[in-house]
Amino acid sequence: MLVIDIVSGLLLLAGSILGLSGAWGLLKFPDFYARVHAASITDTLCAACFVAALMLQASFSLVAVKLLMVLLLLWLTSPTSGHALVKAAHRSGLRAVTWTPPADGGRS
Amino acid sequence: MHLPLLGVGLLVFWLLLSGYWTNPLLLTLGLLSIALTLWIVARISRQYRFGSPWYLCRRLPSYLAWLLLEVYKANISVLKNIWFPRRHPIAPAVRRFPIRAKSRIGQTIFANSITLTPGTVSFDVAEGEVTVHAVEEGAIAELMDGDMNDRVAALEEAPQ
Repeated sequence: MLVIDIVSGLLLLAGSILGLSGAWGLLKFPDFYARVHAASITDTLCAACFVAALMLQASFSLVAVKLLMVLLLLWLTSPTSGHALVKAAHRSGLRAVTWTPPADGGRS
Repeated sequence: MHLPLLGVGLLVFWLLLSGYWTNPLLLTLGLLSIALTLWIVARISRQYRFGSPWYLCRRLPSYLAWLLLEVYKANISVLKNIWFPRRHPIAPAVRRFPIRAKSRIGQTIFANSITLTPGTVSFDVAEGEVTVHAVEEGAIAELMDGDMNDRVAALEEAPQ
């Protein structure tokens, strides 16, 4: 089906853009804790887009159910590992950089 | 009460994963592995109670659907922080606030949901409080008095 192919292609494209954005944020954000937030884009919506695209290709079959299980597993394990990562960093004494933006919106 | 339910769940899970619904040998092996799992769970739960009641499992799907929407919205907001740092500068903040859910499973669901949504990460859960790091102060304020805290507390509430 052409429509399904187009939709799943668009979803794959969106997933790729989201994955690249996550990588870009990972490189650009100031400290470890902020970088975790960027990485979680790749973990959540990027993975969801890819799995949804693949599910469309699989149509109504057992493969689609398995793909959904993969997504659920990812969404269950990635926050757990993210939490473990952040907690380990916190315990080993890494301080989070916190600040409020300057009044001019950071233009200076 | 819990074990039969887990047995049915595992059976469905096994059938969906294997896809071989007619081969008697594979079905027997599947049933054996389910029995083994149930035996191990029964042994563990004698030492360590799994306190997740049935009504919680029943309410979980609608919570997950809501969470999906929240994750989508949070993704968009962090994407703005990444691509338009001038207009949407990040202002990381760390705050400690009470969790409304009382049970262990409720607090775990809440902390995991916080970490799942981009822009907020839970560091630590202790004594009914959670420590959260967020890219923006507003995200924490939203968690403190927002929907998520209430919804997770409603998840674990026993039906009247």
